[in-house]
Amino acid sequence: MRVVSNVTCPVCGSLCDDIELIVENNHVTKVRNACAVGEAKFLAFADPKHRRVKPLIRKNGELVEASLDEAIRRTAKILAEASYPLLYGWSCTSTEAIRVGLELAEEVGGVADNTSTVCHGPSILSIQNVGFSSCTLGQIRHRADLVIYWGCNPWSAHPRHLERYTTFTEGRFQKSIWIRYLTKLRALIGKKKAQRAAELASPRKEVISKPERTFSLPPTLTAKQRKMIVVDVRKTRSAEIADYFLQVKPNMDYELLQALRMLVFDRELDLDEVAGIPIELLEEVTDVMVGCRFGILFFGLGLTMSSAKVRNIDAGISLVRDLNKKTKFTIMPMRGHFNVTGANVAFTWQTGYPYAVDFSQGFPQYNPGETSAVDILARGDSDAALIVASDPVAHFPKRAVKNLVENPLIVIDPQVTPTSLMADIVIPSAFVGIEAEGTAYRMDRVPLPLKKVVEPPATCLPDEVILQRILKEVRKLKGGKAA
Amino acid sequence: MTSLLIKNGFVFDPLNGVKGEKMDIAIENGKIVEKINEREAKIIDASGMIVMPGGVDIHSHIAGAKVNSGRLLRPEDHFKDVEPKTPITRSGVGYSIPSTFTTGYRYARMGYTTVMDPAMPPLKARHTHEEFNDTPIIDKAAYPLLGDCWFVLEYLKKNRIEECAAYVAWMLKATKGYAIKIVNPGGLEAWGFGRNVRNIDDPVPNFGITPREIIRGLCKVNKLLNLPHTIHVHTNNLGKPGNYINTLETMRCVEDLVENGKPAIHITHCQFSAFAGDDWRTFDSGAEAIAKYVNAHSHVTLDMGQIIFTETTTMTADGPFQFILYELSGNKWVNSDVETETSAGIVPFQYKRKSFVHAMQWSIAMELALLIQDPWKIFLTTDHPNAGPFTHYPRVISWLISRKAREKILERINRKAQRKSLVPTIDREYSLYEIAVITRAGQSKALGLKNKGHLGVGADADIAIYNLNPETLDLAQKPKTVRKAFERAAYTIKDGNITVKNGEVVSTPSGRTFWVNVEAPQAEIEISKKLQQKFGEYYTVKYENYPVPEHYLAIPASINVKAEVQ
Repeated sequence: MRVVSNVTCPVCGSLCDDIELIVENNHVTKVRNACAVGEAKFLAFADPKHRRVKPLIRKNGELVEASLDEAIRRTAKILAEASYPLLYGWSCTSTEAIRVGLELAEEVGGVADNTSTVCHGPSILSIQNVGFSSCTLGQIRHRADLVIYWGCNPWSAHPRHLERYTTFTEGRFQKSIWIRYLTKLRALIGKKKAQRAAELASPRKEVISKPERTFSLPPTLTAKQRKMIVVDVRKTRSAEIADYFLQVKPNMDYELLQALRMLVFDRELDLDEVAGIPIELLEEVTDVMVGCRFGILFFGLGLTMSSAKVRNIDAGISLVRDLNKKTKFTIMPMRGHFNVTGANVAFTWQTGYPYAVDFSQGFPQYNPGETSAVDILARGDSDAALIVASDPVAHFPKRAVKNLVENPLIVIDPQVTPTSLMADIVIPSAFVGIEAEGTAYRMDRVPLPLKKVVEPPATCLPDEVILQRILKEVRKLKGGKAA
Repeated sequence: MTSLLIKNGFVFDPLNGVKGEKMDIAIENGKIVEKINEREAKIIDASGMIVMPGGVDIHSHIAGAKVNSGRLLRPEDHFKDVEPKTPITRSGVGYSIPSTFTTGYRYARMGYTTVMDPAMPPLKARHTHEEFNDTPIIDKAAYPLLGDCWFVLEYLKKNRIEECAAYVAWMLKATKGYAIKIVNPGGLEAWGFGRNVRNIDDPVPNFGITPREIIRGLCKVNKLLNLPHTIHVHTNNLGKPGNYINTLETMRCVEDLVENGKPAIHITHCQFSAFAGDDWRTFDSGAEAIAKYVNAHSHVTLDMGQIIFTETTTMTADGPFQFILYELSGNKWVNSDVETETSAGIVPFQYKRKSFVHAMQWSIAMELALLIQDPWKIFLTTDHPNAGPFTHYPRVISWLISRKAREKILERINRKAQRKSLVPTIDREYSLYEIAVITRAGQSKALGLKNKGHLGVGADADIAIYNLNPETLDLAQKPKTVRKAFERAAYTIKDGNITVKNGEVVSTPSGRTFWVNVEAPQAEIEISKKLQQKFGEYYTVKYENYPVPEHYLAIPASINVKAEVQ
């Protein structure tokens, strides 16, 4: 038995690096510090139910086991012969692998795109429009006295975000609000119990109105403590612990953001409500925002993928930028996959562009909407695809998936996914962050090392090595042609 | 390629006192040697050409978090400037913030072989090194930003210089860094809450220490550790009218720490710190006062930060300054604060000939370079990409070499700036020898790079050959020819390999990454214990995950120094 500490968790963009693993006989048997999602991955990643360890090649419509050499040779041949191959995925692997992937994409004159194309792509377009006032997560821990979560639900999606980086952390200039939260929670539970008792006691089943959360100022807000605001279309777990919850009408985030911008500049709004929220409350929230010492706005796919998309983020970033004229304010996207940020970072340093990079002319070209994966597939332009550490079949629109599976499809992934089941060649790889080391970037672009904790099955190589071998094979094929 | 002989070139090797004499240079196994067997060597005929050591750049933002955010911010910067893939080179894009491969190739094409990235946020050091690994041909190193680290501020506040030195040594090792970079000391910490410090004696909020104490403290630390370079300072109040007084004060504040007249401080991109006047209307040049001071003192080196009239991308760790620039220009603005350590900002910017302030800035940098008599004290930079992309260095060389070229620029700039500029009154024209000093020899000396910047026996065989004949050509009359020659080196030799021929990249070896390894074993153990205790309180990453291991660097080259602390 051995204990491996300070492991970086390869699940979400929070990239918690304090995980402790107990390893016995090359198996993780116990996980400390991780959230439920992280623990599940560490304990069950090797479960044969979602994992194949041998390469597969489709022959006569059936996926049959093959040797790694054959799989790599065939992959190289498909990529080298394709006129416009798509190399997609990258968000769940190391930057080391992504670097090789880009070299491969360049070599075969294909398109390299990563999953931000269907998540925070609009955020990136917005940054390119208006800029970006941000910081690392520690800055929030030490300084932020106002935390806003907009269109995201960290309690469920980034479970340790609150405790490690924001509301519940203890920083140099800012105390945690744990105790306040616990008191509140206890009071809430007490109230519920009393209510249930009352329900049971009353002979007739009267409808006892639940204590609606009204738009009144919670008493804690008068205290000089960290405040939390949640803006969402539904009351999430995160919203329950917030000081303010603004329930925005679906697809009206843009109006709400612009209204806040106007209020920040003391313009009067001749309206009763905006996006379903009374104007008095908005004025109050604006005062909280202007009056804070250091504010942060986290936003998730609720903002990037609802109607208005990129314009939402434009407005969000502009709001934050405007607030900087009055106080200190920052903004940060809640990135999903553990290295989607790293994919953007590595794409950018090699090609100048963060995603949707087209090498077909021999140099990087970037025009999301034209050179992005979904659009290429929907138009039916690509004639082969290499998917690395991603599952587009489960996530792309039907038309795009149709084209994807009709052409040669190669998957490099440690897991069995809908995409790998539809593939022509499957090369199972080692789980980066558990069976292979590498580098990943946290949502605030802080790079962290991924550890190798256990040995991968003998047939599963790291993504980086597989890609290098494919690249070598492609070069051999191309060189042969030239000679 | 094991041996090479460069024959009959006019050699400029200032560190060895060679001033354009015709000589042969012999190379074996990547080093310069006394003699080689001519029959076995590949011969490069350099007759009618000048031979210089490979260029050294002391300050150029080429890699890391901030540079990459700049790339991401500006697709419009890349669209018009692309580098297609060739059988030898990788593809990429320019212009003001080129992708990593392109950066390496473009430096090599100009005959540069060593480049220093001057602003590495320690927490994101890994990122800088990842990009270095993808930056071919050139050798590089990075300066970690240490002037606003909480540990530094706290040690210096308590006047614990030795502990601070141990911490800095630990940081250089952890980040694989090269020198102490100080940016707007105290101002970046204040920027954490949207504030700034006003001058060198304005205390830092919440820490009760002044920028003066930070600069002096780190200067002492630098000396204790025997670091190869001096402290590398971006002054307070950068980019504000009247700041030259603060700059003079900054240089003065370490006067008493000087030993044997050795340099003790490097003021970087001095142009931005040499503004006189009370506001933008009364804006004026403070270059003369600074030049006067520098001429009279031996403990200061500067680099120019020459303005180029073009569209570029400004990026510094000076968050508050970048915010001011955003407010001035209204352009898109990126801010990125790093916990416990530093901040950063990015704003695209266009320097216009017809703008009074921009034209004056052009003049200020020229005045600095022309009024400071000793070329070993001032180096050619554009603070890439802040004052202009590094690809414009040849243009700056042509301005320095030729009065005629300067006059041509002056004719087209803002009238008011024309009247105020001192440049028309200066006759000085740089010689090729002086150019060799400000573009390689001086920089490598200031950096303490023993095997760079010269062509003596034992030096790294990093050599640039330019197709320029000083015997037949009146350089001052032909600035365009000079510029073109320096834009496309006839040959760039890196570690004995021919990497560029006639301005085209012909091979792409990887370059080294230098880092300074301070040997102070006892101090290291003690400090790491203390850091471990505090680390969780200060950072959101684990102590064990913070340092960059050496195997992370493609070709690590540690420079070992012995510290005076044990």
